[in-house]
Amino acid sequence: MKPARFEYVAPASVDAAVETLLAANGEGKLLAGGQSLLPLLNFRMARPAVLVDLNGIKELSFIELRGESVVIGALTRHREIEHSPLIASRLPVMSAAMRHVAHLAIRNRGTIGGSLSHADPAAELPMMAMFYAARLTVQGPAGRRTIAAKDFFVDALTNCLEPEEIVVEIEFPIPQHDGWVFEEVARRFGDFALASIAVSIRRGQSGIEDARVAAMGVADTPLRLEDVERRLCEIEIDVRMPDRFCEWVRSSVSPNSDLHASGEYRKHLLGELARRALKTALAAKGDRR
Amino acid sequence: MTVNVSVTVNGMRHEISGVEPRLLLSDFLRDTLGLTGTHVGCEHGVCGACTVLMDGHSVRSCLTLAVQANGSEITTVEGLGTPETLNVLQTQFREHHGLQCGFCTPGMLMTGEDLLRKYPLATDEEIREGLSGNLCRCTGYQNIVAAIRSAAALRRENA
Repeated sequence: MKPARFEYVAPASVDAAVETLLAANGEGKLLAGGQSLLPLLNFRMARPAVLVDLNGIKELSFIELRGESVVIGALTRHREIEHSPLIASRLPVMSAAMRHVAHLAIRNRGTIGGSLSHADPAAELPMMAMFYAARLTVQGPAGRRTIAAKDFFVDALTNCLEPEEIVVEIEFPIPQHDGWVFEEVARRFGDFALASIAVSIRRGQSGIEDARVAAMGVADTPLRLEDVERRLCEIEIDVRMPDRFCEWVRSSVSPNSDLHASGEYRKHLLGELARRALKTALAAKGDRR
Repeated sequence: MTVNVSVTVNGMRHEISGVEPRLLLSDFLRDTLGLTGTHVGCEHGVCGACTVLMDGHSVRSCLTLAVQANGSEITTVEGLGTPETLNVLQTQFREHHGLQCGFCTPGMLMTGEDLLRKYPLATDEEIREGLSGNLCRCTGYQNIVAAIRSAAALRRENA
C-alpha cells in the first residue's frame, strides 16, 4: 500500500463534492482520472486527509454542441475526446492534439477537468484551452462562475481556483477557419512536449483574415501568441511568410533551460515547428498532423 | 475506514470487504485476489507493466484505487487464455519471440489487446506510438511490434 491513509468520499453531485471539500477544511483533494494525482499519492508527495472521488458524478461526462461552441464536461476522458466525431469536425486541432496526450492507458482514465486543473505547462489540453480561448465554468460554495483560460493558468502547475472550487465544464468557441496544423516534438512519443505549436487560419482574397497561434513547452503556462496572430493578418501571403512567422514566434518566447533541453534549443525548435506548421496550413485545408 | 469492493475479474465475481481505500488496484489483484500475473514495476505510472483492462479499456492498475474498480469488470493477463489455449495475441508473442524475461509481457499483452480494439494498426509507427507507455528492457521492442503487427494482420484476415 503506497499512499498514506485518507478518508475516501465519493459524492454523487457537484453540490455534495463542494460540501465535502468545505468540510475537509483545506485538507481535501479532488480525484478525477488520477493520472497525475495517484503518482503523487504513491510517492506520498501529496497526503490529503480526504480524497473526494468525482468519478460517480455522471452528469460531468459529456461532449455537446451548444450554439457556436463545443462544451465538454470536466469528467470527460481523453479517450472520449480523441474519438469524438463532434470534436474532429468542429475542433480539429484538438482532435489532432489528443493522440499526443500521454499514452493509451493514461488517455483511458485522464479527464479534461483534471488536466486543466493540473495546469502542466507542457500538456496538450491546457494549450488547447488557450488556443480556443476556452471558458471554464467552475462551482464553489458561492455558486458558479466562468473563467477565461488566459486567467485560469497562473503559473506552472498552478491555476486560479479557490480551494473549494471544482471545474464543471469547459466551453470551446468554434473558430471559422480553413487551414490548421498541430506540431509537437517530445523525447518519446506521448511524453510531455519539448515544444509544440498549434496554428489555424482563415484565408481571404489577398491574405489571412483570421489567425490563431498557441505554443507550449516554452513558458510556465501555455501561451497564445496574439501579437503574432495580428501580424499574420497584416501582410500579404508570399513565400517568405513562413520564415517571417518563424522569427516572430521565436522572438515572442524566452523558454528556460531544464534537464530535457536548453532554452535556446526549445526556442529554435519552436521556430522550426512554426515554419513547418504555417507552410502546411497555407498549402492544405484541414491537414491533419 | 474500510470499504467494500465488488468486482468481476476475468468473469469471476468477487465481494471483498474491509478494503482500505488507499489500496491500489495492482496490489488488490495480486495480494487480495492472488492474481500475480499483473506485474508491478515502477508503481507510479511510467512502466506500464501493471496494465489491465477495466470495462474493456486499458488502465494502469497502480494509478487506480481498488475502490474505484467497484462495480466494474476487470480483465488481467490470466483472463486472456490458458496455457493450452492461448489467444491470438499471445500466440503471436510466442511465434515472434515477443518476450525475453517476461516481466513487461502482461502489460504489453493488455495494451496490445486494447490497441487491437481501438486502432487499425496499419503501420509500425502506429503500433510503436501505441506501445509508447510500456517499457521493455530486453527485446528492443522489435519482436513485440512484430507480434502485434501479425495479430493485427490476422484480425484483418478474419474480419
